[in-house]
Amino acid sequence: MDDAIAVRDLVVDRGGRRVLDGISCRVPRGAVTGLLGPSGSGKTTFMRAVVGVQVVSGGTVTVLGQPAGTPSLRHRVGYLTQAPSVYADLTVRENARYFAALYGRGRVEADRAISDVGLAEAAGQLVGTLSGGQRSRASLACALVGEPELVILDEPTVGQDPVLRADLWARFHAMAAAGTTLLVSSHVMDEAARCDQLLLIRQGRLIADDSPAAIRTAAGVDDLDEAFLRLIRAGEAASTSTDATAARETA
Amino acid sequence: MNPRILAATTGRILRQLRHDRRTIALLVVVPAVLLTLVYFMYADQPTPPGQPSTFDRIALVMLGIFPFVIMFLVTSIAMLRERTSGTLERLLTTPLGKLDLLFGYGIAFGLAAAVQAAVAAAVAYWIFDLETAGSIGLVLGIAVLDAVLGVALGLLCSAFARTEFQAVQFLPVVVVPQLLLCGLFVARDQMAGWLQALSDAFPLSYAIEALQEVGAHAEPTGRMWRDVTVVFGAVVLALVLAAATLRRRSG
Repeated sequence: MDDAIAVRDLVVDRGGRRVLDGISCRVPRGAVTGLLGPSGSGKTTFMRAVVGVQVVSGGTVTVLGQPAGTPSLRHRVGYLTQAPSVYADLTVRENARYFAALYGRGRVEADRAISDVGLAEAAGQLVGTLSGGQRSRASLACALVGEPELVILDEPTVGQDPVLRADLWARFHAMAAAGTTLLVSSHVMDEAARCDQLLLIRQGRLIADDSPAAIRTAAGVDDLDEAFLRLIRAGEAASTSTDATAARETA
Repeated sequence: MNPRILAATTGRILRQLRHDRRTIALLVVVPAVLLTLVYFMYADQPTPPGQPSTFDRIALVMLGIFPFVIMFLVTSIAMLRERTSGTLERLLTTPLGKLDLLFGYGIAFGLAAAVQAAVAAAVAYWIFDLETAGSIGLVLGIAVLDAVLGVALGLLCSAFARTEFQAVQFLPVVVVPQLLLCGLFVARDQMAGWLQALSDAFPLSYAIEALQEVGAHAEPTGRMWRDVTVVFGAVVLALVLAAATLRRRSG
C-alpha cells in the first residue's frame, strides 16, 4: 500500500537559516504518526511543507500521491495551525459552519465536529470569550469539519486538561481506525507513546523514524524520553567520529 | 470561483459585522451627522442665481465620498486581521479560491455601504432638501460603486501593510490625494496641467464626476456611463492585483 506522505531530501531555508536539512521519511495511511521534537526543531516548517504553504529549497514532498500544494489536495487535507486561527468575533458554531461550507459540508457535520472536540456547550459562545484551550479546540473543530483524508495537526493538545487530552487522542485513533491519516506534532514526550509511528526531528534533521516499540528496543530502554536522549547522543557521537575520521584523512 | 463558497464567505463577513453593534451604529449614524454639520456650515451662504446651492453641491459629493473612505478603512483593517490572526493562511489551505475571498469582501461591504448610503441619502434628501436633477436611485447606485472601489483599493493596500499602524497610514497616501484632486475643492479644469493629469489617473475623480452628472442632468448622460465604466474597471483591476498579492506559499 502506498504512503499518505512521502518526503525525499526536503531542505527548507527561512530567513537565511537552514530549518530543515535533508529530511526523508514516509507517513503510512490510516495511522497516527507523531512528529516529535523540541521547540524550534522545524516541526511547524515540516508540516507547512506537507500542506504546501512553505517555499522549499530542495527535495520533494508527495501527499496522497500528488505533489504537496496541488489544488485538488485542498479538499483532502485538513490543517490545524499551532496558533488557533479562527474568527474571534464569530461564535464557535458560526466558525465551524463557515469552514464546513468551504468543504461542501453542512450544519450536521459542523455540529458533530464541535461535539467531537468537547465544545458542544460553548457552541453559541463567541470565540473571543473562550479560554485558550477552548479556542484551540474550536480551531481543531474547523480542521476536522471537512472530514479530510489527511489531517495535519500542529500541537493540538497544548494547554488541554488531561481528561480532554485523553478524549482527543481517543478521537484521533478512532479517525485512524476509520482510514484517516493523522500527522500530529507535539513537544511532549508522553504523547509520543500514544502514536502508532514516530518521527523525531532535532535541529532540522530526522533522528528517528519508527514505531514507539521499535525505538524503545533499539535504544534498550523503556522510557521514550530516555530512548530519544540515547538516540541523540549516539547520533552526535557518530557525527563527531565521522568528523574526526574526515579530519585525519585531510591531514 | 465557486458560488457556494462565495456565498458562505459573504455571509461569514456579514455575521462578523453583525456581532459588532457599535461599528454598525457608527457606519449608519456618522455620515448623517456629518451631513448635518455641512448643512449648518453653509446654511447662511448666499446661492448664486441659477446655480445649485453650496450644500447641494457638497452633500451630493459627500454621498459618494463617505462610503469610499469608510469602506477603504474598514476593509484594510479587516484584511489585515485575516493576515495577522492566521485565518488568511488557513483559508488558503482550504478549497476557497482567492477571488471567492476578495469578492466576498466586495459584496459584504458593498451591502453594508448600500445601507449606509440609503440612510445618508434619506437624511440629505428629506431632511435637508437636497435637490438633484437626476434620480436618487442613480445617486445610491454610484455611492455603492464608490464603496466597492474603497473595498477593492483597501484589499490591495492591505497586502503592503504589516501592522495596523501601516494600514491606517494608507489613508493619507491613497485616499487623501484622490479627495483633494477629485474636483470637490477646485474644479478639475481649473487645475494646473500636471494636477489634472493626476486627477485623470485617480478613479475617485470619475466617481465624483458621475455623481455631478446625475446632479445636473435629469437623464443619465453618456459621460456618466463612461465614468461608471471607468470606476468599475478600476475595481476589477484592483481586485485582480489584490488576488496576485495573495500567496498560498510563503517562505
